[in-house]
Order: sequence, then C-alpha cells, then structure tokens
Amino acid sequence: MSLALRLAAQFAMIAVLFAAVAWFSDHPAYRQIPESTAVMMLTFVHGADRRGECRRLTPEEIAKLPPNMRRVQDCPRVRRPIYVELDVDGRNLYRANLPPTGIAGDGPSRVYQRFVLPAGKYDVAVRMRDTARTAGFDHERRDSIDLTPDQLFVIDYRPESGDFIFR
Amino acid sequence: MIGAIRKALRIGFALIEEPFDRLFGPALNPLAQLGALGFFFFWIVAVSGIYLFIFFDTGVERAYQSVEYLTREQWFHAGVMRSFHRYASDLMVVMVVVHLLREFAYDHYRGVRWYSWFTGLPIIWLLYASGITGYWLVWDKLAQYVAIVSSELLDWLPFFGEPIARNFISTGTLTSRFFSLMVFMHVAVPLFLLFIMWVHILRISRPKVNPPRMLALLSLIALLAVSIWKPAISQGPAVLTKVPAQVGLDWFYLPLYPLTSIWSNGTVWALLGAFSLMIGLMPWLPPLRRAKPAEIDLAHCNGCARCAEDCPYEAIRMVGRTDGMPFPTQAQVNPSLCVSCGICVGACPSSTPFRRTQDLRTGIDLPEFSLKELREKVVEVAGGLTGSGRVLVLACEYGAAAGRLEGTVILPCVAMAPPSLIDFVLSRDLADGVAVAGCAESACYNRLGIKWTEQRFAGERDPYLRARVPRERITTIWASALTAKKAEAVISAFAARLATLLPKRLRSPLPVSESSRPAKAREPAKLREEP
Repeated sequence: MSLALRLAAQFAMIAVLFAAVAWFSDHPAYRQIPESTAVMMLTFVHGADRRGECRRLTPEEIAKLPPNMRRVQDCPRVRRPIYVELDVDGRNLYRANLPPTGIAGDGPSRVYQRFVLPAGKYDVAVRMRDTARTAGFDHERRDSIDLTPDQLFVIDYRPESGDFIFR
Repeated sequence: MIGAIRKALRIGFALIEEPFDRLFGPALNPLAQLGALGFFFFWIVAVSGIYLFIFFDTGVERAYQSVEYLTREQWFHAGVMRSFHRYASDLMVVMVVVHLLREFAYDHYRGVRWYSWFTGLPIIWLLYASGITGYWLVWDKLAQYVAIVSSELLDWLPFFGEPIARNFISTGTLTSRFFSLMVFMHVAVPLFLLFIMWVHILRISRPKVNPPRMLALLSLIALLAVSIWKPAISQGPAVLTKVPAQVGLDWFYLPLYPLTSIWSNGTVWALLGAFSLMIGLMPWLPPLRRAKPAEIDLAHCNGCARCAEDCPYEAIRMVGRTDGMPFPTQAQVNPSLCVSCGICVGACPSSTPFRRTQDLRTGIDLPEFSLKELREKVVEVAGGLTGSGRVLVLACEYGAAAGRLEGTVILPCVAMAPPSLIDFVLSRDLADGVAVAGCAESACYNRLGIKWTEQRFAGERDPYLRARVPRERITTIWASALTAKKAEAVISAFAARLATLLPKRLRSPLPVSESSRPAKAREPAKLREEP
C-alpha cells in the first residue's frame, strides 16, 4: 500500500470513529415524559412551629448563665414536622409528614415531588398543617387548572403570606 | 470471575488491535496511544474553551444568545471551535473508558501499578464534572434538563438545606450570578483535572503524554471534518415553565441521567458509589502474586545507571556509593515499585553469560530467576534442540510464544535477556538461530521491553548486540498470546531459513566453559507442528 493510500485509509478510519462519537453526542433523543403529558410539582421549604413554647427564665436562672450568654427566654430548638396533602380530582396523590431538616431538627421542612399527569383539566387541592393542631389544616388552596402538554405546573408555598402559589 | 472478564476483554482487544496494527502500524496504533490521546483531546478542549469564552456572555438570557451567535453567525471559526470543544470532550471520555478497560484487560492495574489505576478514579469524576458543568452554560433545553437532574441528584445528598433544584422551576429565581459561578466551576474543575492527570502519570517512567505527530494531525483534520459535517448546536432556549420533555442527550456524559427517572436518585448514587468502590479496590482484589524485587550486587555494580535508565517503573535510582568502591554512584531498588520484569538485568553491562565464574553474578539480578539460572536454562533447552535449523526461542511470558514447550526459554520480559546472551548462544553453537518473541508491539506488558530490545539489537542503546553476531540468525516476533499459531509459523519459517545458511564461523575467543555443552550432532529439523 502506498503511503498516500495508507494515510487516506488511516484518516478514513479516524474520521468514521469521530463521526460515530459526534452522532452519539446528541442521538438518540431521550424523552423524559410521555407525549401529551405534563408535570405537576409540589415543592416548598417551610419551617413549622417549634415543638414547645418558650419559657421565661427566672432571675436566678438568668444569673447562673455566663454574663455574655444571658437571655430572658429558653426556647426549644426542635421544630414540628409538617403534614401535607395533595389531591387531584378528589383523589389523593401525595400525603406526608415532612420532618424538619438539620442535625438538631431545627431547620425547615422541605418537599420536592414531581407527578406526571396527562394534559387536561384538573381540580387541585393542597393542604398543610404546621402547628400543634392534630385535626384540620392551617393552610389550604383549591383550584381548577388546565395542564398543557409539557407544562411544568408548580405548587409552591410562601411563608411570608402563608399562601400556596399555583404557577 | 474477574479473571474470566479480563480474559474475554483481552481477546476482544487483541481482535481489534490486530487490524489497527495492520492499518496504522504499531507506532501510530491509536489503541496503544489512549493515554496520550486523552491528553491531546484535553488540550484541544482547553484551547477551544478559551476561544469560546471570548464570545460567551454570563447572563440568564444572554448566555443562550451568545452561544447562538457564535454557533450561527460566527460558525466558520467560533462555531467550529464549539464543535471541537464538544467532540474533543466526548472523545476524551471515550479514551478514558477504553484506556481503563484495556489496562484492566492487560492486567496493568495491580501490584505496583495500583497508583496509576487508583488516581485514574478521580480523573473520571472530574472529567464528568467538567463536562456536565459545561452543558449548563449553554442554557438550552438540554442545559435545563441537565441542571434539574443534576441538582436533584445533589439534593439527595444531606448537605444542602434548601433544594437547589428549586432554582430551575420558575423564572426569577435564576440570576446572572449563577452563570458566573458555573463559568468558574467549568474552569476550576478542568484545572484540577489537569493536576490529577499529572499526578496520574507521576510514577510512570517516560509517560506518553503526546501522541505521535502524524496521529495527532490526522485526528485534528478528522475533528475539523466532523465539526463541519455535524456542527454542535443548541436545542432551543431553556423555558422554565416547560418541561424539557425531549432532549438530544450526550450519551458519553449523561448516560446515567435517564436512570434517575427509572430508579431513585439514591439508587443512582449507590451505583456510582459501588462503581467507585470497585474501581478503587480492584488493585487489591484479588491480590497479585509478586515476585521478589530485583537486588543489587554492589561488587558487580559500577554505577553506570543503565538499569535506572531502562526501568519502565522508575523503581531504580542512583545514590551515593556506600561500599568505598571508586565509583560516584550505585543503583538502589525501590521494592515497592519493582515488578521484577528483569529489564534491568538485561541492561546491566555485568550481565554477560560469557563470564567463566562458576557462580555467575551480575550488578542487578532477580532473586527468583537469576542470570545464572537463565544461562543454565538456555544451555539445558538448547541441548534438546536437534536437526538443522535449530531455533532457541527466548519468549516473553505474555507473548505469542509463551505457550511453547520445546526449545523455548520463558522470561518475564524479553528485555531481561542481555544481548550478550544471543552472542553466547550462537558463538557456543548452542543453536543455529535465536528467536526473540515478545508481546504485541502496541501492547508490551512492561511498556518498554520491545523498544529497548530493538534498540539494543540495532546498536542504538547500551548494552549493544555485538557487531560480530550474524543478524540473519536472529529474528524478533512481536505478537499477542492469541496469535500463537502465527508466531509458530514465523519460527518454522525461520528454522527453514537457518537450515539453508552456511555453517557459522562465529566462535567465542574464550574457551568453552563447563556451563555450555557442545551441540549435539546435526539431524533433520523437527519442529513442532501446529494442529
């Protein structure tokens, strides 16, 4: 084989290998949700009430504390779990007790859940309990929504206003 | 189990390497240059990345627009550079994966080689981190998908208070600072990757970090051709209110991402952890039986440093003389780096089988297979050769002739045989010719054994094969263990050729010692026939 022919064959081999690599760099396409479906996402970060009430320290207790660490109240750090429910068309899609985060259990609870639903109209209800109550809910929202294909519908919660946000 | 996988892979590589060897020749065979090509593609990615950074704008909207501008309107330079950047990154993954499989297949990961194997693990992680952060910067639909899945994976780890993925589910939460952070990550991680790549080759003597020029040139032209034929493009801008439902995945960097929707994120992390643990522990599972390391005999070492020069593992260094002999240095073996390949024995000028001392000693020797034992073995095996065209085969234990039974002396590496051993065999008429049979040229088990042997025979490297040794009575066979039949055919042809040569006139000036027996009477050649 002449040098030119050999070089051409070497180039062809390398080019074919590189072309295969280039093809696999974006083929075959991947579809993460079926066609004509949308994603409903329930996600928020919210800290529930503390487990116990703050207690006022007595003057004797305050005096026992180091001068630079004196305070008038003793508040427990640990937060309560948050109880949340999500219903779609009257059917319960998700319910959970969300524990507080953090090693000491004093961080906010968090939720990040995706639900793939066929596109279409739905009645959505979301409820949350973040206080010491054992029945009923502290926050709730119901609404009718119309999911379009490939839509990302987010249910969030704003602690500042205490409202659920649908967007 | 591991042995069976390794054997299957070795057969696979041998089958692929043979046609590659034919087309490219051993010097240009890309499969023998995987590490060097990995470095080469890294530099292409680095240079093209710097070029692209000139055009890149770190803003939520502007990031995508700037990438589109360089891809569409400046396609003839910046667009081509983007394709270089993308495809060279993918090729680097291919090189790393094939390199890992090949080193595993050829058992290049145990014993003293644990270090390079082990440091390859962070290279894999950093390579993937570099590529994935790069995909975020384009901020197209694929970037959105990568951002969401990556952050969901990270959120599974108990390190972050607030889910990072929440930043990518609505407009307004993402700011330009995010892209500045990603640019920083996309520069810092590859820099760290380069550092680890340097650490990776620290213990390798004469590491190949640059491919041969012709291979580099051909690769560069092929990359240009592919970049023009199929330019790397974006997949439409990221829209946070929409799910990037269908994306063209880069299957080299993102093969695990679809698994997050099939399995849980925890399972994917478990898979990655198990893979890393397995790779990390492999050098010690199952343990490699190691021969005793080479030993220095100071009485025969003049500190010439040839052993240190030839050692492929940097296991020998020259230190100050300790025995009062009038030489400035002496060799010192680091037992933790020595694989007992014997290349140092072949390099030592004291390693001459002509020595008439009963107890043949040399400057550096293998305790479990000394030069004296080698000479005795050669004499014993040669004594069994009969007929005309008697061939003594010096075979590497990993090469094509390792399975031969007759007329063959097996060595840890053919470069263990000092050139004077060939002279010894021919001048003492122990055989009519010597066949040196090593590994396949592009897959030398001890990396430099073939190179050093050829250079010694060609008189380009100390110790030389003496000029008086008739070259027509020597042949070299560089072939893998899977091509034993082919090697046997070469040996048969060599024997037939030797039978036609005139009798040797080469005689040692020294009298025949007791250690070398006279050759037997000539009989017709009887070479083992292949079934």
